[in-house]
Amino acid sequence: MAATATAPSRAPARARPRADSVRNWRLRQRVAFAAVWAAGLALCAIAVAIVGFMAVKGAQYLDVQTVFSHPRPGVRQIDTGGILDPIEGTLVLTALALALAVPLGVVTALWVVEYGRPRALARLVESGIEIVAGTPDIVIALFGLALFQLPILGALSFTSSGGGVFGRSFFAAGTMLSLIALPIVYTSVREGLTAIPAQMREASWALGKTRICTIRAVLMPRLRRPIVTGSVLGMGRIIGDTAIVIILLGSTPQISPENGPPVLGLLRGTGSTLTTFVYDASPAGEGNAPQKAYAAAFVLLALVLIVNLAVDRLVGHERV
Amino acid sequence: MSASETLPGAVTEPDAVAAAGRERMTLDGVSVTYGDRVAVRDVSLQIRQGEVLALIGPSGCGKTTLLRTLNRLTETTAGATRDGRVLLDGTDVEQLELTDLRRRVAMVFQQPNPFPMSIFDNIAYALRVQNRKRPGRSELVPKVASALSRAGLWDEVSDNLDAPALRLSGGQQQRLCIARAIATRPEVLLMDEPCSALDPVSTARIEELISTLRADHAVVIVTHNLAQARRVADRVAFMYLGDLVEVGETDQVFDAPIQGRTRDYVAGAFG
Repeated sequence: MAATATAPSRAPARARPRADSVRNWRLRQRVAFAAVWAAGLALCAIAVAIVGFMAVKGAQYLDVQTVFSHPRPGVRQIDTGGILDPIEGTLVLTALALALAVPLGVVTALWVVEYGRPRALARLVESGIEIVAGTPDIVIALFGLALFQLPILGALSFTSSGGGVFGRSFFAAGTMLSLIALPIVYTSVREGLTAIPAQMREASWALGKTRICTIRAVLMPRLRRPIVTGSVLGMGRIIGDTAIVIILLGSTPQISPENGPPVLGLLRGTGSTLTTFVYDASPAGEGNAPQKAYAAAFVLLALVLIVNLAVDRLVGHERV
Repeated sequence: MSASETLPGAVTEPDAVAAAGRERMTLDGVSVTYGDRVAVRDVSLQIRQGEVLALIGPSGCGKTTLLRTLNRLTETTAGATRDGRVLLDGTDVEQLELTDLRRRVAMVFQQPNPFPMSIFDNIAYALRVQNRKRPGRSELVPKVASALSRAGLWDEVSDNLDAPALRLSGGQQQRLCIARAIATRPEVLLMDEPCSALDPVSTARIEELISTLRADHAVVIVTHNLAQARRVADRVAFMYLGDLVEVGETDQVFDAPIQGRTRDYVAGAFG
């Protein structure tokens, strides 16, 4: 009886909830609200300032001549050539690092999630990937240098007539950069796999399909988006990395292939990327071509923004 | 225990029912444990060609585990172990190639689970045998059509075989899953509460379908729904806390149960 008596008085309250206006808030809530807005706006302002500054500076110094000519050593800025080699270097290195990181990341995630036996090994692999993800890139670079200077890996970079291995090449830098992208690809694919309901796998197994067949026919089509998302995120990290490139790519402004077949020779050779070019050309490096540094920084920023937009689009679609 | 012996707690089944078909599968003292927990305890049971066997019992009584033992799907659960023997046409399922066993003992799940591909590809996927030459589409079309007709879905989808399977309604998806399961003409069809996620109209269609499927397959259906068991099953096995309490003809189990627990369950005393 009591319940029926109170019901009518409650119903209108539910139908028209109290207006949630800032005016009704306490002072502390208002201050917090303002702080949150201020933080958000400040972040936007910083982002706009960086992009705006680089756009203005970049537009000032970027021209077709700069993009499509090779960098040259020169005392006067006008003699220093363009940024074609760093752009090519960035593209080659990104492609190489992704070519290594994506298959490895996908296969590792598939093994850990779909097989994961023995358990201890799967846990070890997961910890290994976490450690790689948390290692500063300068440490990865130093390790890479020690690794690629081993005589056994001499074929992957320049070896002097005395037998000394230089240890710096697109191979060396690409391999170590792939370690930057690997945890990102791995995590994205692992999340993608765990999001696929277990019953999808069981349905396939119950039809007499093996795990491999199930992975190929049922799981892989659903992994396209996680793979692309992980790759694009990893690509952003690779494009923006500096430490590994400075130490392992030799920092020669021009791409300098070693002897050998065209592609192999290029990969054994040294070069630079946009990030190292910006460093070298800026006052922090040799500092004699700040205008070129701005032009290169603008191109670099544009590349990273394009990659980020691509990620946003992909992830956005996924949420829909 | 031999297959012909009477099960503990079970009635001797009349010859008329036994004549309905020969034994397809035999469970002999089957127990399943998940870690320390016993899910199924010493169950012996026969599954016969041409009849529908319903496994009934309250939640967690081991019905689904028992069903999954028949196509060795329990093995995919970490920590699950099985004792006893499961025979398919006299051969221990352990001795059969796993892929072969699962093509012969097909399964339909609780939730409709078509693959995210076209209607045609869902069936074609089941038909393709690994390590053999991939049959072309023209070769597969009659088989796909046959599977869809047997599952009562052909008339609804024949114009649109390349449409994504996930665009079908829930009931149609479940019938697609049945078509997928029977495409390889399995001897035994396992159904794990196939109607529990469906509306009454779709449920009625699937029940009709089950009664036609019994002609070609030995059907084992797990169901919560006693009325459904009564409608579709020729024989009913009642399980309780991992034990097979009673198995017998449907009418006998519902109208004249031998065991007290069966009587209480079918009368609705617990559920």
